[in-house]
Amino acid sequence: MARPAPLAQRVPRPLRGWVLPLGLLLVWWTAFHFGWSTSPLLVSPTAVWERALRYTASGELREALGASLWRNLAGFAIGATGGLLFGAALGFSRRFERVVGPSFHTLKQISLFAWIPLISVWFGLGDAAKVAFLSLAAFFPVVLNTFEGIRSVPRELIEVARVLRLTRWQVLSRVALPSAAPSIFAGIHLALVYAWLATLGAEYLLVAGKGIGNTLIDGREHLQMDLVIFGVIVVGAVGFTLNWLATQIENRLLAWRGSTVAQF
Amino acid sequence: MTTPLSPLLNHRAVLAAAELRAPLAPGVPSAQPRLLSSARRAWRALAPRLVSWPFPLLVLLLWYLGCRFEWIAPQVLPSPATVWATLVDMFRSGDIWLHLQVSLVRVFAGFALGLAAGGALGIAMGLSPTFKDYVYPLFKAFSQVPVLGWLPLLMLLVGIDETLKIVLIAKAALVPVALNTYKGIQGVPTRYIEVARVLRFTRWQLLTKVVLPAAFAPIWNGVRYGFTHAWLALVVVELLASSEGIGYLIVYGRQLFQLDVVLAAVVVVGAVGFALDKALALIEVRLTRWRRAGF
Repeated sequence: MARPAPLAQRVPRPLRGWVLPLGLLLVWWTAFHFGWSTSPLLVSPTAVWERALRYTASGELREALGASLWRNLAGFAIGATGGLLFGAALGFSRRFERVVGPSFHTLKQISLFAWIPLISVWFGLGDAAKVAFLSLAAFFPVVLNTFEGIRSVPRELIEVARVLRLTRWQVLSRVALPSAAPSIFAGIHLALVYAWLATLGAEYLLVAGKGIGNTLIDGREHLQMDLVIFGVIVVGAVGFTLNWLATQIENRLLAWRGSTVAQF
Repeated sequence: MTTPLSPLLNHRAVLAAAELRAPLAPGVPSAQPRLLSSARRAWRALAPRLVSWPFPLLVLLLWYLGCRFEWIAPQVLPSPATVWATLVDMFRSGDIWLHLQVSLVRVFAGFALGLAAGGALGIAMGLSPTFKDYVYPLFKAFSQVPVLGWLPLLMLLVGIDETLKIVLIAKAALVPVALNTYKGIQGVPTRYIEVARVLRFTRWQLLTKVVLPAAFAPIWNGVRYGFTHAWLALVVVELLASSEGIGYLIVYGRQLFQLDVVLAAVVVVGAVGFALDKALALIEVRLTRWRRAGF
């Protein structure tokens, strides 16, 4: 090559991902250091760091995050369990699907957050309302994916099960559920993502008690940009961790699928 | 046959004749089974649709009875008749159109912005590995924070005006569009690119004639997801910070404890979301028409 490669291609690949974030951080820091703006919204990166340390040390973070996560998991557990049962019923029984399915698909159209005002009337503003809303958020994706997973179990598998004279319970637990597992897990994964989004939404809209969403709201109301930025980072980190955990569990539980293929 | 009414009359005459003949049918050996089987076939076609009605009607009936006999306070759940009256009233007075118009302008502006930015980002990441190396990690981190996480930050930065709503909706649409476009382009078979190279396509031709058509399905999937997210974001942002729009109508009804307004607005939100989703599905059919030509 006569010409040297462009600068962008001379940076080693593993380092490339860091260039942009570090560059942004540098711009932010310079903007603060040289006082480009006198707005109180321009806080220094170190202020955010100090705020993070203080907030963590005082136990406020643990309290807020604990409350949010507890609600998140409670709502998710209720919604996902309900969704699994309902989705399985829809999937296994054509009759049930015909009777209830269309009503379900109609209700599904309603935008998730539009439920909040109704829920606040029915359940108040406390934990009960938030958990109810979260279970609703987790319910829909689990139902849809469980239903589709069970409906797409290959007919041949069921036929083989019949030939082997498996009982209904055996067909369910050894054939249908394992075959539908990837789709069911996809639904649960989606439900986890939605539940986290809904946790924040519930805390913004049903303002009562503690939670990471309330932390963000407080920060905004008191114009504490450092607290808001820190809150956004925490929210992202929690979302990332939940996502990562779900992927790990999914891989672990579905490992048998991969190995059966690899053995041939 | 010359009057415009005649086909109708004719139709009636046929019906009457059929009625007259019906009691005679048992005498005719061949007519009866055929009539019966066609009726059965019609029933078989209709039955699956009919069985879906008893359940919602039962719920509606329970709801009605619950309100009629005041098992539930009307402040907690207004009767279906009230909700329906409110809905009709909102349409008649034109209130709802005003709010709906504001909401639709917002969602389309935000969605268009998110679509353009997400599409450009996805195409750039898909076509240039170097660009992807630089941008993808930051994009991934950015997408980990849900739309609602950005809300307080954006409120501080841009206030609670129209900009906030449009930026937030755009962000909601951007992530799925960019991600699916990128993944779709990654999934284009290498063979296609090789053929295009042999045919000496320019970069632009490669993009518009090979890459984009081949990656159409996943990209379009991203567009639909993007729209669903945009609609969700619209409702949230209007619930939180707005003085007009369909989401605001819900909050307004809630604040005045007029649950009939809330329920009517919720019905409208559901119906509009459904209609827009169906519209996207129709566009998809139209856009993929070229595919059938090949077979």
